[in-house]
Amino acid sequence: MSELRQSVVVQRMVKRYGRVAAVDDVTLEIERGEFVTLLGPSGSGKTTILMAIAGFVQPTSGDILLDGRAITRLPPERRNFGMVFQGYALFPHMTVFENVAFALRARGRPGEEVQRKVVEALDLVQLSPYAQRLPRQLSGGQQQRVALARALVFTPHLLLLDEPLSALDKKLRADLQLELKALHERVGLTFLYVTHDQDEALSMSDRVAILREGKLVQFGRPRELYERPATRFVADFLGKSNFIAGTAQGGDGGTLAYSAGGLTLRQAVAGAPPAPGAPILVALRPEKIAVVADTPPDTANAVAGRIAQWSYSGTHFQLLVDTPAVGRMIATVPAWRCRIEPATGATVHLGWDPDATVIVAEDASADSPH
Amino acid sequence: MTAVAATGAHSGRRFFFANERTAYWLMVAPAAVLMAAFYFYPLVEVLWISVTEPKPGLDNYALLFTSASIRRTIVTTLRICTITTAVTIVLGYVVAYVLVHASPRAQRWLFLGVLVPLWISVLVRAFAWVTLLAREGLINTTLRDAGIIEQPLALIWNEFGIVIGMVHYMIPYAVLPLYASMRDIDARTVSAARGLGGSRFYTFRRVFLPQSLPGIIGATVLVFIFSLGFFVTPAILGGGKTLMIAEYISLQILDLLRWGLGTMLASTLVIFIFVLLAALAKVVDLKRLFGAG
Repeated sequence: MSELRQSVVVQRMVKRYGRVAAVDDVTLEIERGEFVTLLGPSGSGKTTILMAIAGFVQPTSGDILLDGRAITRLPPERRNFGMVFQGYALFPHMTVFENVAFALRARGRPGEEVQRKVVEALDLVQLSPYAQRLPRQLSGGQQQRVALARALVFTPHLLLLDEPLSALDKKLRADLQLELKALHERVGLTFLYVTHDQDEALSMSDRVAILREGKLVQFGRPRELYERPATRFVADFLGKSNFIAGTAQGGDGGTLAYSAGGLTLRQAVAGAPPAPGAPILVALRPEKIAVVADTPPDTANAVAGRIAQWSYSGTHFQLLVDTPAVGRMIATVPAWRCRIEPATGATVHLGWDPDATVIVAEDASADSPH
Repeated sequence: MTAVAATGAHSGRRFFFANERTAYWLMVAPAAVLMAAFYFYPLVEVLWISVTEPKPGLDNYALLFTSASIRRTIVTTLRICTITTAVTIVLGYVVAYVLVHASPRAQRWLFLGVLVPLWISVLVRAFAWVTLLAREGLINTTLRDAGIIEQPLALIWNEFGIVIGMVHYMIPYAVLPLYASMRDIDARTVSAARGLGGSRFYTFRRVFLPQSLPGIIGATVLVFIFSLGFFVTPAILGGGKTLMIAEYISLQILDLLRWGLGTMLASTLVIFIFVLLAALAKVVDLKRLFGAG
């Protein structure tokens, strides 16, 4: 049954450019109707994977499967995938109508059908009044919607989106994120989205695949990735994190005691705890830290420090706190009814519960092998 | 003290350039004088002779419609130029297409191949074609020795030879504007078209070709206008049997001393080219086409 649900599978894909592996043994299973995002910094291989699925890049090894059938060798025009390019790649010499009609005309559809479907697609993205304009006469957001209509008009198996919002300003981007998400629900198509913007990935996707140096690091639901990052890279790339390196001591009843900077801290663990004496790395989100001014908080973990720097962002204060025990920590506190008065040099206590932190693995790297 | 010095400097500048307009014209003047003396004056003189020799009036221009030999020359010229332009654009398009899609390394070598002929004298190139195309030339002897032909082919001293020589000369002038316009085409539009279901050929026809149209128009005009004034190549490869307008003009002026007729034809050519450019300017932006915009 699970095989039938699979829509697109990237199977052990490798792509080498000379001696450099842009994509290094990546396997991804994308289910039908899902909104999946490939997230990673530039050079992580996310765009190469997308281009291989679209058919513009031939993998060095591995396969691309559509509903169980290998399409690795199929030219792009025979894959029936819609694609929205970075910068949109609209045809500058054609009107909006002709841009959207392109896929239908390439398939030799009759004029009446072309007319009807293009009008439908333009309605879907609310661009009907602009049908006779040229792309350069439209704003960035409108061009983006033309690109969407053009990629959807022929009911493709899959919609591929390569950083479609990166050229737009922040506010418009937020609007279009919601629009895209709504569009995904309306058309029920599988969306595969590439971005380096973590907010985009978290807010729109059903699942996010995090890539680093050509390798798949973690693939899961946004909340799972944010709350339970597998490695230091994921914790750092998705939002911010503090990292505490320590040594495991011993566990009892789902809690692990570990030592760091002369303190004994506690960490919630599910399953077998690391063996005593093993080095561990713990990630702690800045917003999960309780900051109090006077007495140590009554949380299981508490460290004292001095505010080295602080900033105000409207909703939050962000504090950089230097602690003798675990080094510099970032903590965020809601600005509304904030119980501390941020001031450089002030002493504060940081506290957190054992389940606020998560044990992460160090990332294997070509530069620093572990 | 400083105030005085500043005023002095200021008035000094005033003295040299009463205002910005004067400064502008003073700087433009040398070039303008040069152009006027060596370009506009001879051109006006040519026009003048064409309406005054041998007697004042438009008699020379009337010959355009009455003289059979002039009409024959004009028709021959237009025919050869049209064929040359068509062949040059097709070949130049292929070269430019390959250039745009080649790796940077290959591109350097290809460019060298396109540009080197430009540095070789047109006379040398014409004679090189003679040695290749003549009755006892390389091509005919090779084909005969291989047993493919018995009689030598008439590759030269006719319009065929002229077209070969002219196409060879004109190709770089077609490649450069075509290359410039193809380089401006966003390669992603081609990918997008393929992704949307366009075959290679459909994508070329609907997406690449239309976007390279400005280059095609520019190259066509450039090559056609250049071809109209061709002299050396037709003179050598045509063997005097096929007369094009430039050679005809030279014949009238230098050999027959019919200045009125020669200058009339020259003037007609210039006016024709201006009309052509004016018509083109209605269709495309000329400044952009020739790289000024």
